[in-house]
Amino acid sequence: MDFILEPWAWYVGGPLIAISLLLYFYFGKNFGASTNFETLCTMAGAGMFSDYFKKDWKERDFALLFVIGLVIGGYLSSTYLIPNQQIDLNPTTVNELTDLGFSNVGAHYFPEEIFGEEVFYTLKGFLILLVSGVLVGFGTRYAGGCTSGHAITGLSSLQFPSLLAVIGFFIGGIIATWLIIPSIF
Amino acid sequence: MKNSKFLVLGVFFAIVLSKTQAISWYRFYEMFKFQSFHMYGIIGGAVVISMVFMQLFKRGIIKDIHGNKIHPKQKKKGIISPLLGGTFFGLGWGISGACAAPIFVIFGFKLIPALLLLVGALLGAFLYGLLSKKLPN
Repeated sequence: MDFILEPWAWYVGGPLIAISLLLYFYFGKNFGASTNFETLCTMAGAGMFSDYFKKDWKERDFALLFVIGLVIGGYLSSTYLIPNQQIDLNPTTVNELTDLGFSNVGAHYFPEEIFGEEVFYTLKGFLILLVSGVLVGFGTRYAGGCTSGHAITGLSSLQFPSLLAVIGFFIGGIIATWLIIPSIF
Repeated sequence: MKNSKFLVLGVFFAIVLSKTQAISWYRFYEMFKFQSFHMYGIIGGAVVISMVFMQLFKRGIIKDIHGNKIHPKQKKKGIISPLLGGTFFGLGWGISGACAAPIFVIFGFKLIPALLLLVGALLGAFLYGLLSKKLPN
């Protein structure tokens, strides 16, 4: 039981993610997460505005069930499986973020400065989350995949566009964490 | 229902991401700042083991549940689209600490922020749909 409640090490996570990919393919479908953004747009009626969304979303019912599973799994984890969200961070990371004005760095999975209730009701906090979401949604559709589809499925099946996409992920992620985060906090 | 196994797989995948802290904003921040091995170990380990699975798919040693050969979908070709699209994605990922699957997992942790991220992601995907024919590949 202790193992269930303790944080899982990277060498547990890597294989379990690979097994998730294996099962997804074994069940007969291509592993990925971000096409669901498109499917949800189609369900919301985006086909009225662009032919790009004129697709039969019922063909992706399996992926929508996967997404519902993700939400349920997240709820079960936060409610029952993670009694302590403390993260063992590098002291450099803690000092850096503390200097930027973050409090209780690493005490929970999500910093209050971005995910806290008193933050997302402010214009700045609202925009940080919304605009990040827009970048994720736009970028992943333009790139043709996300961390699951490109970094894991694409790299492991040796696809060149996926290598380029992962390089792009890092260019963006490095600009975000080295330049943008210090300038907005 | 025949697809309910995907629901169970979603629950499993979400638990794996949650328990390994691979949905935490801090874990991605330190990854992009090269201050920890944790996420490199998780993603790198997943990729290396998946490579073995891909070889087993290719040789037909592992077939799918219907007995068919498994062919991972080929990504669309292009240079600019994966690089530039990837960069936009990375910007959003680096700021919010959330990539695609974790956005749904975060619903169970931080409901309203996850909702904002999802609304943003849908707007972004919608924007891409409108512009897709005009953007370079």
